[in-house]
Amino acid sequence: MNNFQYSRATDIADAIRLLTADPGAKLIAGGTNLIDLMKENVERPSRLIDISRLPLRDIEETAGGGLRIGALVPNSDLAYHPLVEQRYPLLAAAILAGASAQLRNMASVGGNLMQRTRCAYFYDTATPCNKREPGSGCSAIDGLNRNHAILGTSASCIATNPSDMSVALVALGALVHIAGPSGQRAIALIDFHRLPEDKPHVDTNLGTGEIIAAVELPKHGFARNYSYLKIRDRLSYAFALVSVAAALELDGNAISEARLALGGVAHKPWRSLEAEAALRGRAATPDHFSRAADLLLQGATSRAHNRFKIELARRAIVRTLIQAAGATPQSQAHKKIA
Amino acid sequence: MNAYVGTPTSRIDGRAKVTGAAKYAGEFSADGLLYGFVVEATIPRGRIARIDAGDALQVKGVVDVLTHAHRPPLADNDDAWKDEVAPEKGSPFRPLYDDRIRFNGQPIALVVADDWETAKFAATRVRVEYDREAFATDLESEHGKAGKLDRPHKPRGDAAAALAGAAVRHQADYVLPTEHHNPMELYATTVVRDGSGRLTVHDKTQGVQNVHKFLCSVFNKKPDDLRVVSPYVGGAFGSGLRPQYQVVLAVLAALELKRSVRVVLTRQQMYGLGYRPMTIERVALGARPDGTLDAVTHEATAVTSRYEDFSRNDTGWAEQLYKSPNSLFSHKLVDLDLSTPCDMRAPGAASGVCALECAMDELAVALKLDPIELRLKCYSDRDQSEDLPYTSKQLRECYARGAEAFGWTRRNPAPRSMRDGKELVGWGMATGVWEALQMPVAVRIVLTSNGHAEVSCAASDIGTGTYTIVAQVAADALGLPIENIDVKLADSTLPQAPVEGGSWMAASSAHAVLGAAEDIRLELARLAKAVPASPLGGVDAPDVILVDGTIAKAGDKARAVSIADAMRHGKLERIEKQKLNHFAEDKSHARNTHSAVFAEVKVDEELGVIRVTRVVSAVAAGRILNTKTGRSQIMGGVVWGIGMALHEETVMDHRFGRIMNANIAEYHIPVNADVHDIDVIFVDEPDDRINRLGVKGLGEIGIVGVPAAIANAVYHATGKRIRRFPITLDKLLD
Ligand SMILES: Cc1cc2nc3c(=O)[nH]c(=O)nc-3n(C[C@H](O)[C@H](O)[C@H](O)COP(=O)(O)OP(=O)(O)OC[C@H]3O[C@@H](n4cnc5c(N)ncnc54)[C@H](O)[C@@H]3O)c2cc1C
Ligand code: SF4
Repeated sequence: MNNFQYSRATDIADAIRLLTADPGAKLIAGGTNLIDLMKENVERPSRLIDISRLPLRDIEETAGGGLRIGALVPNSDLAYHPLVEQRYPLLAAAILAGASAQLRNMASVGGNLMQRTRCAYFYDTATPCNKREPGSGCSAIDGLNRNHAILGTSASCIATNPSDMSVALVALGALVHIAGPSGQRAIALIDFHRLPEDKPHVDTNLGTGEIIAAVELPKHGFARNYSYLKIRDRLSYAFALVSVAAALELDGNAISEARLALGGVAHKPWRSLEAEAALRGRAATPDHFSRAADLLLQGATSRAHNRFKIELARRAIVRTLIQAAGATPQSQAHKKIA
Repeated sequence: MNAYVGTPTSRIDGRAKVTGAAKYAGEFSADGLLYGFVVEATIPRGRIARIDAGDALQVKGVVDVLTHAHRPPLADNDDAWKDEVAPEKGSPFRPLYDDRIRFNGQPIALVVADDWETAKFAATRVRVEYDREAFATDLESEHGKAGKLDRPHKPRGDAAAALAGAAVRHQADYVLPTEHHNPMELYATTVVRDGSGRLTVHDKTQGVQNVHKFLCSVFNKKPDDLRVVSPYVGGAFGSGLRPQYQVVLAVLAALELKRSVRVVLTRQQMYGLGYRPMTIERVALGARPDGTLDAVTHEATAVTSRYEDFSRNDTGWAEQLYKSPNSLFSHKLVDLDLSTPCDMRAPGAASGVCALECAMDELAVALKLDPIELRLKCYSDRDQSEDLPYTSKQLRECYARGAEAFGWTRRNPAPRSMRDGKELVGWGMATGVWEALQMPVAVRIVLTSNGHAEVSCAASDIGTGTYTIVAQVAADALGLPIENIDVKLADSTLPQAPVEGGSWMAASSAHAVLGAAEDIRLELARLAKAVPASPLGGVDAPDVILVDGTIAKAGDKARAVSIADAMRHGKLERIEKQKLNHFAEDKSHARNTHSAVFAEVKVDEELGVIRVTRVVSAVAAGRILNTKTGRSQIMGGVVWGIGMALHEETVMDHRFGRIMNANIAEYHIPVNADVHDIDVIFVDEPDDRINRLGVKGLGEIGIVGVPAAIANAVYHATGKRIRRFPITLDKLLD
């Protein structure tokens, strides 16, 4: 752990000012990811800007019937918020599939979106890693890559984004509200995280001095036909090998609207409009689900240890869509896959 | 009198533990305490070319940086570094001794500062340059370089010929990965230095006297110069049998700086300590058509370090379990650039019996026999290695009781034949076996005239419940309520005890208590008879019992003198007796504990997700001293067995010789969601030969057999035989 300065931001403008003034500074919210990385000397911020007391803890309905969620809302509060439970149960399920109760109590929405990969080499400063040390090489490509990406990889990095919450948010079409030195802006969450390309050290499109202020959900919550299924190496408290967020709008057995996103398979939550389009207007049958799975996994490639993920993802997509179509979503409390 | 022995008595230290009153090694404090943080090597092999602590020493609050080039003297011969658990062959690791790097994560410097955070920060400022050397850390690629070890099990008959001629044969390699203990408590030592320079060493260890002797020889100290205490241990599972390096570093710093010092390892650094060695277990079984065995061979090839030969009894368990006229066992070691492995719950057996019991299941399939029937056909009433009968062996009863509780007769033997919705259901079973050892232990009892007793012994309680069983046995033997018994453990100045391990402490300490209590009884009988008009006049000492705080005639409790009266008349405030336990030398019988483990798994057919929905473990381990802590021991073993079957694996990148999951987020052990019904059955096993109480010990037996029962259930569910542990879902999808 390095030594660092500590400032407590008085308001958002102050946080932005502090961030802009010190290029080595980092925001800290719940600290559940940042502090771990600091202990491993992976993150060595010159200054921590504590934003945890900023007034970004509200969950409010928007004029358009959606929901605006402050960046500092704890993950648990969000998952158990009545409006989220009733209108966006897919989001609640994804959050509850992640981490542990203690971590979810500390973790913030903004921090969750910004959490870094769990690639073991990224965490180990004694090994090369382009994400941690640009240009040093990627140890995973020819190393231990069982947990690594099968989609959107590059020759410099095959890491995955570990967030569960983001997968549901991407499926639901969430927006990210950003405040920065030049004012406010909003971008679709699907465009927030980046693919590694030749700059794997840049995880997101958040600019210098910018801070996540809120996440906004559109009106449509898919509260009836949804499911979040997370497949992992133990039945709780492990990162996803593959996770699937599925949401359907059904008219009888016909699909009028579909959302499908994958976690654990790429550098960002993975969504394919083509796969969703292929479901629209079709009957909710396993065949059509299979077809959508193939489209969503188009271009998937594997390395020495993660070949299983492609087939696992395919089957998990079909299963999740069956759960969603049957209005029998995966429970995050049962010790069992439905 | 058995008011407590054999009952589900709650832990006497439970309240202290859950309220935080129980203090662990890293929680003791002292005036002016300094904090040490370890700097580790980041290469597996080579030399330290340069180590520069200049920048670290500049950090405000840093007091010193100890390295091999800057430290007080350490013993320079292997004998001084050999603790009581050290492998016979080898040269034990000496922290900060010289410039050699022997394994990744080796401590190479200790930064000492006024507070922990400063030490930790300054540790990142220590610059190290290495002369790197070629290294190897992969057992499988180095398999060919294995060297043979002599094992105690002699070959019998001609196993090779019998195998070649067997009607039905099964041979396979089972691969068990390296595993780390991950006890909840971090390794820690707080050395408190008093004004005269005496050191009290609060250490996380399974044996304070082992550490005490080790420190005296390593630092050339007299026994009175230091004292080692460890009243509470937050789990160790074998990792604390040998003194760990942090105790050496903490004492080193305390001596150099003449201050009190605390060194706590991080979770990550604990992966630089010992581990269960990766092992390739090759088992071959040859059977006659009727299912009786004609040949058993078991060859284990395991990891060790380049500087010590660590090995345990992986092979040879078939000698105790299964009758076969021909057998051959061997154990090989591959020297790698790793730290020395160490004992981990049921060392040897957890891995070796896993392989043997998977192989037996495969043989049962080949023979079209029920797995229990096969085991009964091969059941051995004698330990064939020495051709000895057992002091007791109720394994048959374990099979029967376990099978009944589990509902085994409802099993359809065909793989993939049972299902529950989307899940394939598999039922598997396996046998467990461990040794029933007993070691010299001494106990001191001080009885005061108010009817309270203090029972003390250097033994550790590593969470297993030693405090409680010692109190139970003492309460019964002294005829006192358990609330009147005060137990003191884990102080090197207390009466002798070996390390707590091998499942020997329950029997050993219980009989030391009985011995000391017997001397107290004789003394009290003498005093009681001397009381004027004693109701015990004319009663012989053997007929005097201690009951309800009195000294009474056996069979006639009305003829009694209270302890208080007897001691008052004898003008005694306290009676103190110390006794070393004594077990009659008896080489005529084998001593073992056994179990039959039954597991139900449900495997999602499409996704490969495995759940262990039921485990029944039927254990025969002599008299169970405490059915509550005993049951907990077995449950803990079962949970660990679930981990061994499905989750646990220390993953190493052999290009770097580094462990890549050195933390408990990525090193998976079962969580609550992975644990379902666990049913523990203690089978009656009277044993009046093994020792007076008929106690055998329960620490290890709980895990043995569990991984195999689960692996066998996975086969039954899916038709897939996974021989490389842990059984993760990718292996089922392949
Ligand atoms: C053992 C363990 C298991 C876990 N398992 C899972 C899991 O299964 N699934 C899962 O999804 N997650 C899991 N997590 C990760 C957890 O969800 C994240 O650590 C958490 O969401 C981060 O939130 P935080 O508020 O603590 O972030 P912090 O640690 O405070 O910050 C993380 C990063 O976000 C930045 N940041 C924080 N807030 C903002 C903001 N408003 N604007 C811009 N940048 C910001 C910080 O600068 C920092 O870089 C696990 C974590 C641990 C430790
Ligand atoms: S996959 Fe990415 S994070 Fe992992 S080693 Fe390669 S570059 Fe680093």
